[in-house]
Parts: sequence; structure tokens; C-alpha cells
Amino acid sequence: MPWFSRSKDKMPAEKKEDIWVRCSACNAHVYKEEWFANLSVCPKCGYHGRLTCDQRLELLLDPGSFTELNASICPNDPLNFVDGKGRYAEKISATIEETGLRESVKTGYGKINAMPVAVAVMDFRFFGGSLGSGTGEKILRAANYAYDFDLPYIIVSASGGARMQEGMYSLMQMAKTCAGIARLNEKKLPYISVLTDPTAGGVSASYAMMGDVNMSEPGALIAFAGRRVIEQTIKQKLPKNFQTAEYLLEHGFLDLIVLRHEMKDRIHQILTYYRAGRTFRN
Amino acid sequence: MDLEFEKTIIDIESKIAELQKLSAENKLDLSVQIRELKKRAQAYKERVYDGLTAWQRLQVARHPQRPVLQDFISMMFSGFVELHGDRGIADDRALIGGFATLGDYRVVLVGHNKGKTAEENAERNFGMAKPEGYRKALRLFKLAEKWNLPIITFIDTAGAYPGLEAEERGQAEAIAHNLTEMARIQVPIVTLVSGEGGSGGAIGIGVGDVVLMLTNAVYSVISPEGCASILWRDAEHAPEAAEALKITAKSLLEMGVIDEIVTEPAGGAHRDPTQTAEEVRKALQKHLAVLCAKSVPVLLEERFRKYSGMGRFDS
Repeated sequence: MPWFSRSKDKMPAEKKEDIWVRCSACNAHVYKEEWFANLSVCPKCGYHGRLTCDQRLELLLDPGSFTELNASICPNDPLNFVDGKGRYAEKISATIEETGLRESVKTGYGKINAMPVAVAVMDFRFFGGSLGSGTGEKILRAANYAYDFDLPYIIVSASGGARMQEGMYSLMQMAKTCAGIARLNEKKLPYISVLTDPTAGGVSASYAMMGDVNMSEPGALIAFAGRRVIEQTIKQKLPKNFQTAEYLLEHGFLDLIVLRHEMKDRIHQILTYYRAGRTFRN
Repeated sequence: MDLEFEKTIIDIESKIAELQKLSAENKLDLSVQIRELKKRAQAYKERVYDGLTAWQRLQVARHPQRPVLQDFISMMFSGFVELHGDRGIADDRALIGGFATLGDYRVVLVGHNKGKTAEENAERNFGMAKPEGYRKALRLFKLAEKWNLPIITFIDTAGAYPGLEAEERGQAEAIAHNLTEMARIQVPIVTLVSGEGGSGGAIGIGVGDVVLMLTNAVYSVISPEGCASILWRDAEHAPEAAEALKITAKSLLEMGVIDEIVTEPAGGAHRDPTQTAEEVRKALQKHLAVLCAKSVPVLLEERFRKYSGMGRFDS
């Protein structure tokens, strides 16, 4: 369920001032240069700030190894959706203009420590990373690319959930993307899911939870239903760490929580086991 | 519950009942008048129901007297053997399933289990399943696959239950797992949205080779109330949200999200559950016949293509 798609707080992690970044977790002021050198992790409290898809790709893949696929796909307002604040079609143009992105995910292939992989990296700035038709299409096509070329598939999720403005087409992306993952399973191709802050609703209830290995970063919000909805339903206070990566690890839904600067090597390490399994009888 | 737009229908219906009573008590022949009124009632029902807005249809889909899974089971299926439990945590009463016979077909039937009375709904949590419900469904799907029985699913839920334990036990994972497995289950799956198709909780048992909807059923990515409170910042705008979200069977057929509409009698399924069940039975049998004749590779390839084609975008 898409319970937060407010367009105003797209990147609340770092309040951008001139040379300072204020950590939204501990309020510490950090030199911008230091903040980004530390991969948008607060050097004071360890808070993992949100990344754009390009920052994430840079972090995960060998320099210059990324080739983007299906870059032209973008939303087309299939429902002619109009809400209290205006037309979806207009918001699409504005968001494309503002972010330089055409959908809430970038997909393609590249290398992790020289190992070829297919990747999909979501970007929360584009309609809260929500699951539009184009998002689902790109994630499926990248899965099919992995299928066709026998590649491991890595998806980095960052999403508030379904994209309401695309109605049932959005819900159907859950079935569509999972169908892609199911075919990878059939061919015994590895799929690693990285659930970053936040991963919620229809994205957590589809491909994001289906990794052979599910990993996350410290403090990331991972949820199905929104906190407010649950509080209203059960009329009781929820635990403080409710729906954090740590909470999900404790309850058995994540394999590991990885620090950002270790993420690439950790994924590579895991994939070496896949590679070993492919060759050990030969 | 009386719906606003049904007032006149209900008036005419009570007048018919009155005349029938009068005729019986006083041994009067009022058959001409009664027939005339019935004809008027029918025409009126058809007119009203043809013109319902999305929001009004949602009220029909949620009508407390609308036939629920248990009604369909007793009206259409024989030999129902309910199978309980997810083999882990519990037996979720909100989502049930088991073996059932529909005409010549032995099937595994799985569906949301809404109740009609307060007691039933307390026991069945209004058909809002927890992860153990979805995991029970998956266990039954795998059983159907192992025994080579086709699957029928009935969708009728406001949504997957949003609660503390449901999150703790992995509501998201349970639904995701079902979507992934249903994509490749090696037996035919026919899905009917019979009432409310509430988001992830609906699609969690809804990846059918064929997806049918009753005329007044709705299927939505989010409840119109929820959508309105986010995009309009006010749940009062739910009727507008219902329209914008395109949640009716007619819209979804045009969009290619569903495959066929199963026609409800004029005046809605709650006026004539028997006729409704008959239409559903015919539709299910027709599609089972087609799907059961397909080889497994063809079935899976077509299912993959069907879901691959969902969505509209520019490129």
C-alpha cells in the first residue's frame, strides 16, 4: 500500500545547505565534502542517508562498467489520473525535469569486482520510488536479460510502494516482476535483493522480499503496511524499532545488514559462492 | 443496510410483497398488478445498476448481504473438504481452502472468508488475512500442483491485515512468495473477484491464468478512502478517488487487467445469490475446460506473457 508519496520530502536525509549537511538522525552538522566522501553515512552517528540511483550504481559497480538498458521508458498516465492537486501527466513532466530520471528505477548490466551482473536500482526521488508500469517493465526486462545471459541479478529497492496514479496497472507490476524472478529461480540464477531506506508496500510485498539473499543497511525502514495505518487498526503503540532493518533481521526476513562501504565487497563475496557451486563438479 | 440509490427499488419490492400478502390473505387475484410492478421493478433496477458510479459499486461490493465464499461453496460446490493451517503458526480463518467439486471438475478452492454477521466477522477477521493465511494458500496451491488439480481462487477482502503480528511474521514476504510461486504453478488457476479486491491482499491469491470479476465487484491498488487521504489529504474525497482509480469491472476489462465480467442479476448479487452463483458456475466451468486442455509449457508460457504485458508506459 502506497502510504507515503508526499512529493515534498523526497530527500529528507540531508538538508542541503551551502557547505554543511545536517544529519536528519542526530542533527549533527557535517561538512558536505566529508558527508559525501563517507557515502552519505553520518560520520557522527552512522545514519545511512538516502542515495540517488547514480550514487548507488557508482558504489556497487566497477567504474565505467555500467551499461544502461531501456533508458527511454517513462510513465504515460494510462488512467488520465487527476487528484486534488492536479494531473498526474503534469507531475510526470515536472518530476522528469526535476530529477533527470525517466522512471523510478535505472536498470542495466555491469561488473562487481569484475563479475558480470544485471542490476536494477530504484530512486526514491521519482514519485517516492513507486512501482509504476514502467518501473515494473524495466525490472522485468532486466530480469529477462539476466535470464537470457545467465547473469546474477541484483535489485536495490527504495520505494514507498505502489503508484496509486496508475491504479491497477501498478498492482499488476507486483505479479509481473515476481514472474520474472520466478523464471530466474527456475534457471537457478542468483538474485540478491538489497532493501534500502525505505522499502514498503507493494515493493516489499513483491520482488524486494524474494532475494536468495535479502540484505539491507542499518536503520532502513522496511514495511508492508504503514505505521499509522497499523496504529489506527490495532489502537496500540508500536515498538520503537518496529519495521527497521534490525527488526526484520530479528524476525527472520533479512539475511544480513551490511554497512554501506562494505556492500559491494559483500555482494561479490556472496556471488563467489554461486560461482563456486556452478563449477565444483566440473 | 440500505443503499441510498436502492431506496426506490426497495419501495417497489415492499409494495410487491404487500400485494402478494393481500392477494393471499383475501384470496384476491392481483397477478396482473403484481406482474406489472415486477416488470417496473426490473426495469428500474437495470437502469439504476447500469448507471452506478465507482463509489456506488464499491458500496454494493461491500454490501453485508452480498454472497460470500461460504455461500458460493454451498450453492455451487459439492464435496468440500476444508484443509486447515499453514503448518507453522496457525489456521487463519480469514482465508480458507480445500478440495471441492464443481460439476465434473475436482479442484482446490482457496478464497477470502468474509462473514455476514458480527460473530462470523469476529472469527474471520472480516476476510483480512494474516501471513499464515497466505502461507496456507500457498501450501494448498503446491498441493494442487502435486496432485494435478486445477485451482480456483475467490477474492473478497478489504486487504491483507495491517497489524503488528502480521508485520512481524512477514505479511510482505508471504504475499511476495505467493506471487512468485503462482507465476509458475503447473496447474491452471482461475480467479474470480467476487466482492472487494483489496490491493496486495487480493493479488496475493490472484495470479490467475484467467481473472474474472462479478459486475459489481471492485479491484483496487488502494482503498479509495486511503487514496483520498493521501492524494487529496482528505478521506472525504473517496468517491472522486474511486472514480480516478478505475476500480470497476468494466474499467478493468477495458484496461486489460481482467479477462471477463460475470454478469450479476440486475439489482446486485445480494438480491439474487442463486442466479449469481449459477452465472459464476457457468463461467468457471467454461474456463476450466479451456485451461485444462492446455499443456503445462503452454499454460506457463501464456501466464508469463499475460503478466509481462500488464501496464502501460511510453518508451
